[in-house]
Amino acid sequence: MIRFENVTLTYPDAREPALRGVSLHIPEGELALVVGRTGSGKSSLLRAVNGLAPTFTGGTLQGRVTVDGRDTRTHPPRELADVVGVVLQDPRNGFVTEVVEDEIAYGMESLGLSTEVMRRRVEEALDLLGLNDVRQRPLRTLSGGQQQRAAIASVLAQHPRVLVLDEPTSALDPAAAEEVLAALQRLVHDLGLTVLMAEHRLERVVQFADRIVHVHGDGQVTDGLPVQVMADAPVAPPVVELGRWARWEPLPLTVREARRFAGPLRATLSALPPRPERSVIPPPAAPATVAEVKGARVQYGSHVALSGVDLRLHAGEIVAVMGRNGAGKSTLLRSLVGLTEPSAGQVRVGGQNPVELNGRDLTSTVGMVPQDPGDLLWNESVRQECIESVDADEARRLFEELAPGVDPAMHPRDLSEGQRLALALAVVLSAGAPLLLLDEPTRGLDYPTKHRLVGLLRRRAAAGGTIVVATHDVELAADVATRTVVIAEGDIVTDGPTRDVVTASPQFAPQVAKVLAPVQMLTVADVLAALPEAL
Amino acid sequence: MMRAPRATRALHPVAWWLWALALAAAASRTLNPLLLSAIIAVAALVVAARRSQAPWAASFRAFLVLGVAVLGVRLVFEALFGAPIPGTTLFTLPEVTLPEWMAGARLGGAVTVEALLAALYSGLQLVAILACVGAANALANPTRLLKSVPGALYEAGVAVVVALTLVPSALAHLQLIREARRLRGQPSRGITSVARTATAVLAGALERSLTLAAAMDSRGFGRLRPLPARERRITATLTLAGLISLLIGGFALLDASTAPLAAVALLTIGAALALIGLHRSNRRAVRSVYRPDPWRWPETVTVASGVIAAAVYTAAAVALPAEMLPVTNPLAWPALPLAPLLATLIAAAPAWVAPPVSSTSGKSTADPVASLAPNDHLPAKAVAA
Repeated sequence: MIRFENVTLTYPDAREPALRGVSLHIPEGELALVVGRTGSGKSSLLRAVNGLAPTFTGGTLQGRVTVDGRDTRTHPPRELADVVGVVLQDPRNGFVTEVVEDEIAYGMESLGLSTEVMRRRVEEALDLLGLNDVRQRPLRTLSGGQQQRAAIASVLAQHPRVLVLDEPTSALDPAAAEEVLAALQRLVHDLGLTVLMAEHRLERVVQFADRIVHVHGDGQVTDGLPVQVMADAPVAPPVVELGRWARWEPLPLTVREARRFAGPLRATLSALPPRPERSVIPPPAAPATVAEVKGARVQYGSHVALSGVDLRLHAGEIVAVMGRNGAGKSTLLRSLVGLTEPSAGQVRVGGQNPVELNGRDLTSTVGMVPQDPGDLLWNESVRQECIESVDADEARRLFEELAPGVDPAMHPRDLSEGQRLALALAVVLSAGAPLLLLDEPTRGLDYPTKHRLVGLLRRRAAAGGTIVVATHDVELAADVATRTVVIAEGDIVTDGPTRDVVTASPQFAPQVAKVLAPVQMLTVADVLAALPEAL
Repeated sequence: MMRAPRATRALHPVAWWLWALALAAAASRTLNPLLLSAIIAVAALVVAARRSQAPWAASFRAFLVLGVAVLGVRLVFEALFGAPIPGTTLFTLPEVTLPEWMAGARLGGAVTVEALLAALYSGLQLVAILACVGAANALANPTRLLKSVPGALYEAGVAVVVALTLVPSALAHLQLIREARRLRGQPSRGITSVARTATAVLAGALERSLTLAAAMDSRGFGRLRPLPARERRITATLTLAGLISLLIGGFALLDASTAPLAAVALLTIGAALALIGLHRSNRRAVRSVYRPDPWRWPETVTVASGVIAAAVYTAAAVALPAEMLPVTNPLAWPALPLAPLLATLIAAAPAWVAPPVSSTSGKSTADPVASLAPNDHLPAKAVAA
């Protein structure tokens, strides 16, 4: 269905081609997962399928890409619209109309379908992706998960035979991600759709894949069955890591498969003496309060984002804030840094009201990296960004640590997602505030970058810093957080040690915890720490 | 299953525009301040009764503000530079004696009630016309108006609509950058800050446009049906010839020396040729329309009510020149002619005839709920702006 024949893609001004001599064939009806490090060329591969690269990106493409027998050299993207549907990374930027229903119809209007056909397909698409209740809602008022589903529905209504998705679940909470993936799974099974999808959160998708396409980062691309590729891929979900460590054969890709092997391991682990609570530093008798939120209430119009939240943050804590899209996580972070002022209640950071702080007073008290770290960067080069930080040398050092070997003359926009986050973090951390807030830091991050981030956060906390991470990434929370707060509808519903909170709910449980339940272990590292010698 | 169908429909945007333009045409036929006030009141009434909560619906107020500003400027200019009209002097400004060669012009001097009133009347006419255009803007959904545009012009129309959406998204981005500057401890206001952020905002807007262009292209925007080259050439020739004769006809009409009949003939031929060309090029466009706006009796009544007003005003301007164009010298309270007043009241019909805006869909259009939620990426203030 999709065929790459010796494809080399070179962007203008690039030293190395993004794709080099790629030959690939995805047969009809397969769900192929594209994996690889950030910035390795996954997006380039996806965009080459319908000719968006090089048509819209510039550069040259050698070789041949055909979809359903149509060559992208002779067919511009619009002439492939009836065969290939593409959903790009941030669906918000791709919406053409204002209302869900019109957006779904838009592509069909371009194809010139008759009104009756359009009416029928709009209803079908609304049902298939569960959007009927919001069909008349403006797109910008939808939650992230609904927006993503609307984007998929609008493409599906064109009845393409190939669906190309770039990070479809990275902005979604676990439940919404499952919804989207279940819908995709159904499409592949019922309609024989061919799906090519890039995704960093392998733990969510690897079990659905029929084939894994590995983009190596040097332009090489290989593909194979999931079990083969996962056996030695540098990126792997926790369940695979656990399987590799325990030498389970055949390698389990799902929690269900792993549980069938895990009986003996569970028995060994539960025979061990109970371990102490995970904590970065031993908690002092009365830990110092770094920030306090008392009865904070934030309202946008008629929507209550926070309704009387009480929260006390201590020195040395890493707090994960979890909850649905739109539950109020970002609002909580924003009020801690003074971007949003609560209409009732109060917020104190280091004894001060953050709304009243400005300049150095603010940056030395609390730092925040927003959801899109690029928002924080507006200079022409990495070097200039560091110079404009509070402490230029510290910023340079931190950036080098998080993202080694980046040319300081590069424009921040040309950095990969992970490098951009590293730069934003370095800029914020260099101010040395005792309280650091991160909003969805792992969106689009690969495992190695995530590991470096986790290491840095742990060191900060060990030095007495406090970190609050709002995230959908249960694996990150399990890995790094000492305490987890779950927010729903603007209220704190759970607040406790991470181990207790995440093992109590299947929605927030990391894979290792699911495999080993009822043993309370969250990560492969936990298992390794408990059992230094391999089985 | 079939929950939430389109509960109410909106009046066809073309109907709103025709009604508003007819009302504006009526306003252009009179200087009577009472009639002009009635027209403004009717426009305001219909807008208040039938506008949605959509972002564009707020534009009526902006048009009124613009109108009042124009009126103010008009009065000030009249007082400063207006040709002297004898009559009751209201106050006297210091007069600047102008050189001989500028005879006829005036700067300062006596300001008479008569002169100011005349300026007020003509200024009020501008306000009324602006109010009509503002009403159309507030009532007609621009994206649905786009669906009524002929296929051949569709791409140009999309460019306009997309350009309009770029402004709010750039404003939202500006707000994000302001917040980012605060987070980094940099001044978020002031000249240097504006200069620094301007580039970022522009770059962001460009980037978003490119993403949008890629998304639209990959969804089939701009697909054309292949037509033989001969066919295409004929279409192009027809359209070009039509436009040229329209141009010449227009000039001829304005030029007093040409026979008006020849000008009208040229205009008619040009319009016909251009329409044929447009119709033929429509055949190249593939587009179809999802849920086209139907044209039913409310649309017809709405347009008719506007056309009646325009017709009555035009007739009255000929039959009752004294009432329609009241003189201010000597001072007199303007008369209120009955027929035009009734016609104006008829033009208020859409306030009842047009389908009411459903409170739910209207509300959700500007629903503050999620659009203002911070996880929506656009901060509250920016969206509201």
